[in-house]
Order: sequence, then C-alpha cells, then structure tokens
Amino acid sequence: MWQELRAELHPQGLEVVTVGLDTMGAQACRPFIEAAAAEHPSLIDEHHVMAELFGVINIPNGVWIDEDGMIVRPAEVAPAPRKVERAALAGATELPDRIARIFGEASRIQTDPGAYEVALRDWVARGSDSIYALDPAEVIARSEPRDSQVALGQAHFELATHLETSGDHAGAIGHFREAHRLMPSNFSYRRQAWSLEGGIDGPLERFWQGPSDDDPGAWPYEGDWLTDVQAMGAENYYPQWRP
Amino acid sequence: MLLDHLQISRREFEDGTGWELKPEGACRGEVCIPLPDAVGETVDVTSLADAMGLPLVAASADGPWALGPWGGSGRTLIDARAPELVLPDLDGNEFRLSSLRGHKVMLVAWAPY
Repeated sequence: MWQELRAELHPQGLEVVTVGLDTMGAQACRPFIEAAAAEHPSLIDEHHVMAELFGVINIPNGVWIDEDGMIVRPAEVAPAPRKVERAALAGATELPDRIARIFGEASRIQTDPGAYEVALRDWVARGSDSIYALDPAEVIARSEPRDSQVALGQAHFELATHLETSGDHAGAIGHFREAHRLMPSNFSYRRQAWSLEGGIDGPLERFWQGPSDDDPGAWPYEGDWLTDVQAMGAENYYPQWRP
Repeated sequence: MLLDHLQISRREFEDGTGWELKPEGACRGEVCIPLPDAVGETVDVTSLADAMGLPLVAASADGPWALGPWGGSGRTLIDARAPELVLPDLDGNEFRLSSLRGHKVMLVAWAPY
C-alpha cells in the first residue's frame, strides 16, 4: 500500500518498514505482503512487540524516526495513500449480513490520507525544519498513555499471544480478556483476539470478529467489532489527526 | 518479556526489558529506578519486578510468565530515542530497526484482519 510513495521518496532518504501485527504470523501476512511486492522491509510481529514498544493501539499506525534514530512523531493513525477496498475481498457475491454491516460501518470510519501524505512529504523534504517533526518532549507527551493498569494489560496480552502460538487457544482467551478489560481503548488487542475465533468459513473469516450465526452463545468475549464500533460511532474509530 | 524461568541472567533481563542494571538502579535513557539491593549476575525476576513496579503475570504456577513494561511515567515513551525493534521478515530473516540509521524511517503497523 505504501509501495508507490516509498518508491518516490526513497531516493530522498525515506525508508518504509511495515510491521504485520498478527499472532497467526507469516502465513496470515504472506498473501498481503506478496501482493504488495514491496521493496521495503516487511516484518512479522506475532506478539505485537512493536505495539508495546511504541504505543500502538489501533491499525494502521505510523511512527516517524529520523536519521539519528530519534522519534519525531509517535504512533498515530497512518492512512495509506490508496484506500483498501475491503468489499473486493468478497468478490461480487452477496455478503453475509454481519459482514455487510461491518463494511457499512467501516465505510464511515474517517481518516485523512491526503493530509498525512502532505505531512510526510514535508518532513522528507525539510527534516527537522518541518512543522510536522515534533521535538522530543512533544513526542513523549503525545505517545500513548501507559499507567500500571495498561502495563499489566500488556503483560496479559503477551502471555495470551504466547499461549495462542503454543497451541493453547483456550488458555489464551482468559488472558486476552484480561488485556481487553485493563485496556478498554486498545482496539488492536481486541481485533487480534476476535479475529482468531472464526465465525464464517472462507476469505472473510478474519473480518467476522463476532458471534457466529449458528452458535452465538459460544462467543468468548464481551464485545465484538460490530457492536463496539456501533456503540462508539464509526466516526470516532480513530482520533482526529493532529498536525 | 516472556519467561520460562524466574531466575535469569542479568544480560537476559537487560536485553529482554531494555532496562540496564547499573549501580544507581535500573536505567533507561535518563530515567533510573532506584533498587533496594545490588543485582548480581543472576536476576530474581519476581523481586526485581516488584522493586521496579513491573507487572508479572503467570499462565500457571509453573509458568510461563510475562513480564510487562513500566507504567511509572504515565506514557509509553520514556525518551524520544527509538527503542530497538528486532523482528523477522516473511522468510524468517531477522531485521533490526537500528540498521536504518542514516535514513528517515516511517514504521507502519498493519494487520491482515
């Protein structure tokens, strides 16, 4: 998704590194990475290490780092220049009701890819003189809040992904639930856990993210994508971008 | 940091948490958390986690354990220096974020779900 812009800005010194946050690992990320045919590093993060280190609570998120290894913009919503057509995944066939409603909500999620691209280009051209390059105190102040409750939630999440990748799905659920309870504003932790539950077969399986139609009582989580996004309002899914 | 044992080497603790164990305490950038006792070559994770205020969560009485990050500053970032990030690519080759010093980097988190 970032390939074209990266190709244009790479000669000016920009590198893009994508990190796929997914406990299902390389097998789940591979089709997307291969389809992108990206020339930049495309990494796999089964345990959401990047999220814990940099304070990522939803995706997509971007962090800008300068030539000296200093963060100049902490994790924030990073809308890609080209919009992903999720509906295309389903082909021309009629969508199951839940998926149609999810896509309907998703279409109301607001981002401003144009403003973000303008900012990125400005930083690449001007470096620390760019108004979008924040000073260290501002970078720290804008990084995701983390108190002892959030830190505990992150420990539970790490344990959950470890149990999941070790084949103990049932054991993972309890720790995912604790992480969700302790970090109610963290949406990627929720999406990750929900996406492991199935609910429908086929290419849309991981977007279902809610109780199955056949056995809704088996859903092990408090919320689900559709219910939670409807409750918060799709327009509030991402915080408004602050230059 | 994921742990199979609660007694680990000083080096494992430092590499796994990013906190350096110095005479003045556990330090990261400009921040040092004072410790009541000097730390030897072997770290007792339970007592060090307690002294530093790091959460330690167990899957069972026999582990494994997850040692969480520090929430004491109220923010994820303690300083603006990018922490090291080491992750594999699709083929399992390890990539280090620090290998891109000299470039501007946009690090992008995404997910296939």
